[in-house]
Amino acid sequence: MREVAVVAFAQTVHTGHDTGLAEPELLLPVIDEVKRATGLKRFGFTCSGSCDYLAGAPFSFVSALDAVGAWPPISESHVEMDGAFALYEAWVRLQHGDIDTALVYGFGKSSMSDIREIMTLQLDPYYLAPLGLDQVSYAALQASAVNADRAALDEIVRRSRADGRANPYALDLPDPAGDEFEVEPLRPYDVAPVTDGAAAVVLAAGDRARELAGRPAWITGIAHRAEPHYLGMRDLSRSVSTAEAGRAAGVGKGPVDVAELHTQFSHEEPILREALGLSGDVVVNPSGGPLAANPVMATGLIRIGEAARRILDAAADRTVAHATSGPCLQQNLVAVLETSA
Amino acid sequence: MSEDLVATHVLEFPGGYTRTTGPVIGRFLTELRDRRLVGVRTAGGRVLVPPLEYDPDTGEPVTEEYVEVGPAGTVQAWAWVGSPRPGHPLDRPFAWAMIKLDGADTALVHAVDAGSPKALRPGLRVRPRWRAATAGHITDIECFLPEVASLVAPVRAEYRVTPGRALTRFLEGVRDGRFVGARCAECAAVYVPYRESCPACGSVVEEEVEVADTGTVTTFAINNLPDPRAPEVPFVSAYVLLDGADTPMIALIGGVPAHEVRQGMRVRAVWVPPEERTLSMTNVKWFEPTGEPDADLDESSGGGA
Repeated sequence: MREVAVVAFAQTVHTGHDTGLAEPELLLPVIDEVKRATGLKRFGFTCSGSCDYLAGAPFSFVSALDAVGAWPPISESHVEMDGAFALYEAWVRLQHGDIDTALVYGFGKSSMSDIREIMTLQLDPYYLAPLGLDQVSYAALQASAVNADRAALDEIVRRSRADGRANPYALDLPDPAGDEFEVEPLRPYDVAPVTDGAAAVVLAAGDRARELAGRPAWITGIAHRAEPHYLGMRDLSRSVSTAEAGRAAGVGKGPVDVAELHTQFSHEEPILREALGLSGDVVVNPSGGPLAANPVMATGLIRIGEAARRILDAAADRTVAHATSGPCLQQNLVAVLETSA
Repeated sequence: MSEDLVATHVLEFPGGYTRTTGPVIGRFLTELRDRRLVGVRTAGGRVLVPPLEYDPDTGEPVTEEYVEVGPAGTVQAWAWVGSPRPGHPLDRPFAWAMIKLDGADTALVHAVDAGSPKALRPGLRVRPRWRAATAGHITDIECFLPEVASLVAPVRAEYRVTPGRALTRFLEGVRDGRFVGARCAECAAVYVPYRESCPACGSVVEEEVEVADTGTVTTFAINNLPDPRAPEVPFVSAYVLLDGADTPMIALIGGVPAHEVRQGMRVRAVWVPPEERTLSMTNVKWFEPTGEPDADLDESSGGGA
């Protein structure tokens, strides 16, 4: 495998409301920031992750290229998924060996619509979507299947929100309170907040990475796995695909200083911890994680960015990032980042 | 952001989006239209419900063997929707559930109309409620309903009751503002209300005695549920050992906050005016404190004969 590292990461100051910026305007400052951090103006490959249903317009990702600058023509691709999966495509592209740098970004404004019902549109159109099964409802089915301890979930949310308040990019959310249910067993605060935001990452290979960053965050393992889409075909209390992706990425081959997990619901943290074999003393989501800021389609990429930033800043030596897509953790990507390649 | 520059934008496929089902899903939906539930068997022998074209475990095409399953099934996991959304299948609170239909190896996701989250538990048996007109759509099943495991049986019978001689004698006393007791010559115990035989020794009671309308609370309970026989909530019902009696009588305590009622409290009957009295215990409105010092219950003759 060719050595590939994260050499720069930037994210917006995420907001819980529409600030009036169009997607390219949201994206421009973070693209600009990683360009300045690396000194690069052009990239060997550009790949983005976004969802047209968030904006309600086909090919809405094309206009986001205005923030990148696509002339003379650039080599570019897009996934209708979180930017973390765009990063995977860029990593694969770098393995070809003919280019040395890639720009990856993800963006989303979930304030524009009702994300609970937008997420119904990703469900299979025969058995699930016609029921009107919304995002919080299917997550609640998984929470019910895992039968997580209420006090443990409350503590996850409390810790995530406290960490989020200390993170200048995350939302300022109060300690969880109240005993009403959103969809039982989930309370409103178990659900990641509606968030607008964007993020960008620059990948570089080999010596190019060593030129661009003092401490490149080397991706020593990256893999993603999928499970059946239909919820009833799976054991929702476990994440088999996360466990397999974690094994393929080599999570267990060394100590983990920090793990950034794509937990859009509090009960997903114990499921993912178990799947990745993370003991109770592994620090999870010190950024606050998605429960403190969830700019859909950038949230997973931010996990990789946050995990990489701790290596770039010399705050950690070995970190793990996780990103997910689909209902109830259907598809999972795991990356291991280290100080040496 | 200027509020003037916000517009509503609708993404919609007018008339809906036409999708072909393929043979496997099409078979399931066709059977559903005929109010039958079928699964498809995989090469490994598992029955997938709802049927998929490929075995999710192996990626192999499924067999062409369809197996009728259900209609009953078992709830494996559930989530309670307290506030249904417009797109939800029911407009009243309901549960989403993973339902393993009898004969299936996988779970079907659907709604359960259970009335209350208390009615749900893993292992609950449910059956489909079919829509009046089926169309070959997953919502041909309106929802699932818990199997019948209990029913409410109305019971009501009417009687014509009389108090009997002894109680009539006691009520005659109450009509006249007196509490009438019975003294057993063998045991020397005084029973209130009046009775014709001694429940301890079985002797026929020969002697009628009048006891005081003052007494001592031996024990009590604070009731927080309304009762047509009580004037207010909360109310206190107590055992009152009337002076001169050896058995306590149950009575309401009033004229004092419920939390101040105590064992040993001295009380007196509050009678309704003589012109309102009938052959009924309602002649005693309640017992209220006399204001005397509390009695020592251990020194009195206690709560029993």
